[in-house]
Amino acid sequence: MSLDTAKFSDLDALYSTDAKVATQMYEDPGLFAEEMEKIFKKTWVWVAHESEFPDKGSFRLSHVGLEPVIVVRDRKGAIHVMVNRCRHRAATVCEVKKGKTSSFQCPYHGWGYGLDGSLRALPYPEQYGDDFDKAQHGLLKLRTEAYNGMVFATFNEDAEPLVDFLGPEVCRYIDLFMKQGGGFPVKVLGEHQFAVPMNWKVQLENTTDAYHFPIVHKSFMQTLDAQTTDLFDFLDKGKGWVEDLGNGHSIMMMMPEREDLDDHLDDPIEDRFEELAAEIRAEGYDEAQVRKIVRAVGGAGFNLNLFPNVSFSLSFLRVLTPKSVEQTEIRHIALGMEGGPQAANQARIRLHEHFQGPMGFGSPDDAEVWERVQRGTKGGEELPILVNRGLVDEVPGVMGPRGHISAETGMRAAYEMWKRMMSND
Amino acid sequence: MTEMSKIETPALLHEVTEFLWTEADILDGKRYDEWLDLWTEDGLYIMPMGDGEDYANQVNLCYDNAKMRRDRVGRFQAGFSISSAPPALTVRTISRIVIDRIEGDEIHVRAAEHVIEDKFGRQRQWAGNAFYTLRRGERGFKLHRKIVKLLNSDGMLNSFSYLF
Repeated sequence: MSLDTAKFSDLDALYSTDAKVATQMYEDPGLFAEEMEKIFKKTWVWVAHESEFPDKGSFRLSHVGLEPVIVVRDRKGAIHVMVNRCRHRAATVCEVKKGKTSSFQCPYHGWGYGLDGSLRALPYPEQYGDDFDKAQHGLLKLRTEAYNGMVFATFNEDAEPLVDFLGPEVCRYIDLFMKQGGGFPVKVLGEHQFAVPMNWKVQLENTTDAYHFPIVHKSFMQTLDAQTTDLFDFLDKGKGWVEDLGNGHSIMMMMPEREDLDDHLDDPIEDRFEELAAEIRAEGYDEAQVRKIVRAVGGAGFNLNLFPNVSFSLSFLRVLTPKSVEQTEIRHIALGMEGGPQAANQARIRLHEHFQGPMGFGSPDDAEVWERVQRGTKGGEELPILVNRGLVDEVPGVMGPRGHISAETGMRAAYEMWKRMMSND
Repeated sequence: MTEMSKIETPALLHEVTEFLWTEADILDGKRYDEWLDLWTEDGLYIMPMGDGEDYANQVNLCYDNAKMRRDRVGRFQAGFSISSAPPALTVRTISRIVIDRIEGDEIHVRAAEHVIEDKFGRQRQWAGNAFYTLRRGERGFKLHRKIVKLLNSDGMLNSFSYLF
């Protein structure tokens, strides 16, 4: 597919230099098809966290753009990502979301594949002739790389190495984010999944958008104690910032005092966690460990948005999977401490349920406004969508511009990358 | 455990059914203060995901003690939760009610629940298995445990601005 059609040739009209987004960016099926080719098949897409398939032979299903993939660890511990499609007649070779296996077998004609995707055996091979080469008929494999437990894959053999795509600042923030393991490895505890009738970019814009937080999440805020309310009052306090980290990635630093969870360990334990601290002490942990774990339970103080499909939000991962131009699936992945105190992991789960998922006090309100955006774009198609907030007082950051905590700097970072990728042939 | 054979099951089933239908009517009517009054103080309202039963140690859709139930109802009623103002309309059916067992003053009941929601001119439907532990008090039953397992609970759902 190429961008030579008149319709999409003018990328400046779709995302203008003064940070206005054309309505058709959320609505045009042709544009969506181009995005799947030029973005989701060309760059590093997040597929899984390593703790989701910890053992040799364990796997989970995922997606790279529209394509269903299997993420699996082979007998030597190497990670493979391959398209979930038999090379014979295209049936999926796995429909179990997550599990452990020694091989994948197509249910249709019995072609069997190893954990590395290689074609091992097929029934009655004679009719394919002597020159049939099994080595040429393995599952279609993607390039796979991981950083600090986060596994990414790409169809693009020419893509830059993952760490270069992430860049030094993103890597630094991922390392800081993972400190919420409290000294233990970070582990996926479970996930919520829900579908929202919206374009994927509506969600892409959201995770480093602090401007919406006190409005959309007022009802969540009302259920917090005074100390936690103060913590979440980052917009009024304005100590934080939002920053373009390059390649479409951005960070929203809400609570700078929680940027590095190893700092401020001598501060008093928050009232809301006093009971938890007592429980962890009772499990036999020393005071230094108790403080580290309790502080980690509260999550990191920032949201990190990675282009194009994963973000780190305080204490969980948010993954978007585009399904069609007006349909996107969202996963909210709860994280905990592998081998950590049960009380700490329970606290993390209860905090997760409080905000996330179909019954949370936050996600339904997010989902509602996302859907409202999609519904609203049915009217006034000539009107632009504004992501220019905060342009007036942006300053240079480490990699790109840094703006006020409520600035739309993160969205502009994503759209600059969008434009760069969409302009490639 | 009381022997089921010694219980007047048709009469008890009638009484239980009446209670479950009353609760369903209260939920469809969004009369949430009345719903809160149906609960024991240490009751738990849980909507789990998947097949696991260790609810305290797994991620659920909700795991509500008395405070969370009150907060949730407060959220629905305050008018500034955008997903609840206006909320989806619901019509639910509770059926296939079975009394599983009786332990002291606790009656363990299960039923089929079918909810149709209507919002934005769009209807969606959800089916689940509901498990209740009812406690007999001075003024009728109280909900002590209510566990609703939606079909596809660990699959792709949408947001809910109501209770099951």
